[in-house]
Amino acid sequence: MLRSVLKNLPATVYVALVYLFIFMPVAVLVLFSFQDSLLPIPPFQGPSLRWYTAIFTDFRIMHALWNSLMVAVVSSVLSCLLGFLAAYGLARYRVRGSGAVQWLLVAPLSVSYLIIGMGLLVTFKTMGIPKSLLAVIIGHVVINLPLAFAIIYSQMGEHQANIERAARDLGAAEWQVLLLITLPLLWPALMASFFLSFTLSWDEFIIALLVSRFDVTLPVEIWSLLRSGLNPKTNAVGSVVFFVSIILVIITEILVFGRRKSK
Amino acid sequence: MREKRNIKGWGFIGPGLLWTIAFFAVPLLIMAAYSLFQRVGGRIVTDLSLSNYLAFFSKPHHLNALVNSLEVTLITTIISIILAYPLAYILAFRVPPRWQRIALMMAILPFWTSYVVRSYSWLLVLSSNGVISNVLQWLGIVENPISLANSRTATILGFVHFFTMLLTLTIFANLVQISPNYRKAAADLGASRWQTFWRITLPLSIPGVMVGAFLTIVLALGDYITPQILGGFREVLLPQAIMLQVQRLADFPMASAMSLVLMAVISVIFLLFSRWLKIERM
Repeated sequence: MLRSVLKNLPATVYVALVYLFIFMPVAVLVLFSFQDSLLPIPPFQGPSLRWYTAIFTDFRIMHALWNSLMVAVVSSVLSCLLGFLAAYGLARYRVRGSGAVQWLLVAPLSVSYLIIGMGLLVTFKTMGIPKSLLAVIIGHVVINLPLAFAIIYSQMGEHQANIERAARDLGAAEWQVLLLITLPLLWPALMASFFLSFTLSWDEFIIALLVSRFDVTLPVEIWSLLRSGLNPKTNAVGSVVFFVSIILVIITEILVFGRRKSK
Repeated sequence: MREKRNIKGWGFIGPGLLWTIAFFAVPLLIMAAYSLFQRVGGRIVTDLSLSNYLAFFSKPHHLNALVNSLEVTLITTIISIILAYPLAYILAFRVPPRWQRIALMMAILPFWTSYVVRSYSWLLVLSSNGVISNVLQWLGIVENPISLANSRTATILGFVHFFTMLLTLTIFANLVQISPNYRKAAADLGASRWQTFWRITLPLSIPGVMVGAFLTIVLALGDYITPQILGGFREVLLPQAIMLQVQRLADFPMASAMSLVLMAVISVIFLLFSRWLKIERM
């Protein structure tokens, strides 16, 4: 017993230290969101919910939160829809130049968000399109469409094609096959794409900063909060964002991996 | 029939393809054109020339931003691999399988917090009235408050925090795919634990390290948030230099040229790593 404890001691200590390193900033963030004084620094006084009350009654923050949710939902639905259609077209039809099409569809994955945002900024500027939330949605579809396409395409195997063929032989029309066979079979992949897109859009900062102006998303609003220095209000917003992300991750985990396990 | 099916296929592919062309490919081309323009006296002159690129590579303060970025990224990648590899190894081989999944989830939990918030959290720890300064004063190691923020160290620390999580994931995924038979065979043939590690496990896990290192390099090179919040303006990295051109100077041609330099650097790195980056279809 003692020998096995001693043998595992270095490994245990190492893991504990790395976990401490990984968790320290988040722990400090959440702890001092409950701070009962004006600065989120030691010593800890509280717990108090005053900063949570402050953010939930702050019009700007709530507005940005709403904008973020809206942008995330719309851009994720669009990404999944376009990604699904493209994956269906490429997997089920013979198309000339399909290799090049695939390459182009996933190409945005290899380009930094900063560069994609810069491209959109100069393009909208040239065309006289004003900065807006719509521009942010467009940018978020550009970054999430490749992921949705790749995830859905990877799940469109021969097995599903056979079931689709069987449905067609039994007299189903194209739209019936798509709605009644393909979509239900791909549901896990679609959900995974949706929640991954949602999480990435919800957290995306640099494109949103570049192409929006008056109506902003939550990361951009948090960014402007940072100008006031260390502030328990920022801690509270940060903690809320953290908990929302964790809930999203758990939902994705259950929907995608829970299913796979039960199979 | 073939023709008809072909056309129908394009009908499905079309919308997504058009979106990618209109809002990704065309903007890159417009940006490339912009990078050849100049901003003179507050107006953008559309005479094509390479003057922005020449300025970038001849003026030290521009070029330094690129050099700083490369240095910070290299140091970050090396430290992150050194931290992540043992963690991934212990999780893969020392932790009982039923605890592995939860241990891994825990190891990457802060990965899912907002990127902006994560950098801000480090500010709480590192600033002169933050946690570390207070602990050190309380222990009597330092007398006056010390600030670790606004420095290259802070930027690297913020990066290492994020990328240790990322590398742990890629290395772990690689380690658990290595068949245990290789290690058993090595042991049967009389190899010690160290020999098994150095000659069997480590070489077989290089692809996981390389994929993680590639993602680390690309994401760190393109990141604006961490250097801006934690590093400050004492030393500017390339994404900060690009944003300075956009926000302070409104010099879009120069910003475009610098963005394309960044893209070119990332492309070169992609080519260097390409042998480890083959994407497999399921």
